[in-house]
Amino acid sequence: MKPVADQRPLIEFRNVSYRLNGRADILEDLSLEIRRGETLVLLGRSGSGKTTTLKLINALLSPTAGEIRVDDRAIQQWDVIRLRRMIGYVIQEVGLFPHFTIERNIGLVPRIENWPPDRIRARARELLKVVGLDPQIASRYPHELSGGQRQRVGVARALAADPPILLMDEPFGALDPLTRAELQREFLKLQSTLNKTIVFVTHDLHEALLLGSRIALMEAGRLVTIQTRDQFLTSNEPLVVAYKNAFALNPNPREQA
Amino acid sequence: MNLWQFVLQNHAEVAELTLEHIWLVGISILLAIAIGIPLGILITRWPAANKPVLGTANIIQTIPSLALFGFLLPAPWIGARADRLAILALTLYALLPLIRNTYAGIRAVDPAIVEAGRAMGLTDRQLLLQVELPLALAVIIAGIRVATVLLIGLATIAAAIGAGGLGEYIFRGLAMVNNAVILAGAIPAAALALLADASLGWLQRRLTPHAA
Repeated sequence: MKPVADQRPLIEFRNVSYRLNGRADILEDLSLEIRRGETLVLLGRSGSGKTTTLKLINALLSPTAGEIRVDDRAIQQWDVIRLRRMIGYVIQEVGLFPHFTIERNIGLVPRIENWPPDRIRARARELLKVVGLDPQIASRYPHELSGGQRQRVGVARALAADPPILLMDEPFGALDPLTRAELQREFLKLQSTLNKTIVFVTHDLHEALLLGSRIALMEAGRLVTIQTRDQFLTSNEPLVVAYKNAFALNPNPREQA
Repeated sequence: MNLWQFVLQNHAEVAELTLEHIWLVGISILLAIAIGIPLGILITRWPAANKPVLGTANIIQTIPSLALFGFLLPAPWIGARADRLAILALTLYALLPLIRNTYAGIRAVDPAIVEAGRAMGLTDRQLLLQVELPLALAVIIAGIRVATVLLIGLATIAAAIGAGGLGEYIFRGLAMVNNAVILAGAIPAAALALLADASLGWLQRRLTPHAA
């Protein structure tokens, strides 16, 4: 049962900074709330801190200052293994295990969570269908699949143990435009049926506007602005305008320049 | 007396020395695996130990083998029997390729795969046993292969301290200035090395994972 108006954020950044010794801040004083069930897109250029933000959520990185809370609990109070198992993670490089079959790749977390084998098997096949693949490929190895198929398997693997949170780091970035569009459409379908809280990293404004319920624009380790899709389209914030120009989303991009 | 006549007349002894040779190398390799692979894993987890461990193994490797047998002679218990001494020395020589290849094999696993594993909530132990070691296995086998071939050659020198093996014939032949006797030790040793190289090479190729 879904709470009627659960407005408490599921993930919360409170004045979070991240720096490596002796270098400028990679992330500076980030405060951000991610609501239950929303798809928040982190948009920004390379090095703006998007991926760092993502990796702070599943504790692949630890903040040097500030606090991150997941489900109303500071991240340090979580058992990091438990925390990660409730967060699905999809990356551009996919990171499938080359020595495991597709079924075993998808079933890895269920297996270490001691699900019975036939339930894992059924789950893997079910998820292959969910991401638009033929369950027949369950017994194949990752190198036998195309890039688009591998990325779908990556999504299926992230969904395996039904985690409430999904972190996606440019998952479609390495795909050709047609396959990317296909996966984006499937993503929208999944989003409406699965009701996950999703944090999605991209540098592609089209993708951000297509998939995000809100867009957080980042630049040089700082959050510039966080807006809904509609606000973003009408915003006069200089960096937002620069993005829209770069992606030719303004009515007369040449006049603006 | 030519080589064939010698081998035919002494076939029981040839077989015995060959088995002794295999035994010396086999025990040493097993010991080196038992020590070298955990050490290789340890230095991937604890980078501060990296230089001292690899450095020490490197230095051991540079000690001439005859000298190493000599150095170990005064050691208690070990020095009391020639075969113990030989096994210790051979084990020490085999450590470097095993430690280095275990370390290199684990470090060579695609960082995206390791990160995906960690992000999925694998514990360090699960990551090691289910992901890193299986993917590093071909490189580790390559280390075992190098070490085995190396030891089969080095083990001939163990005969100099009376540990037996095919080196017996080589040293005896040298003393007798008899090429047939030298070859009766050298040829089986070379054949063992080629056999070990080919079979471990086959295993290594079978275990090489496909790139994703």
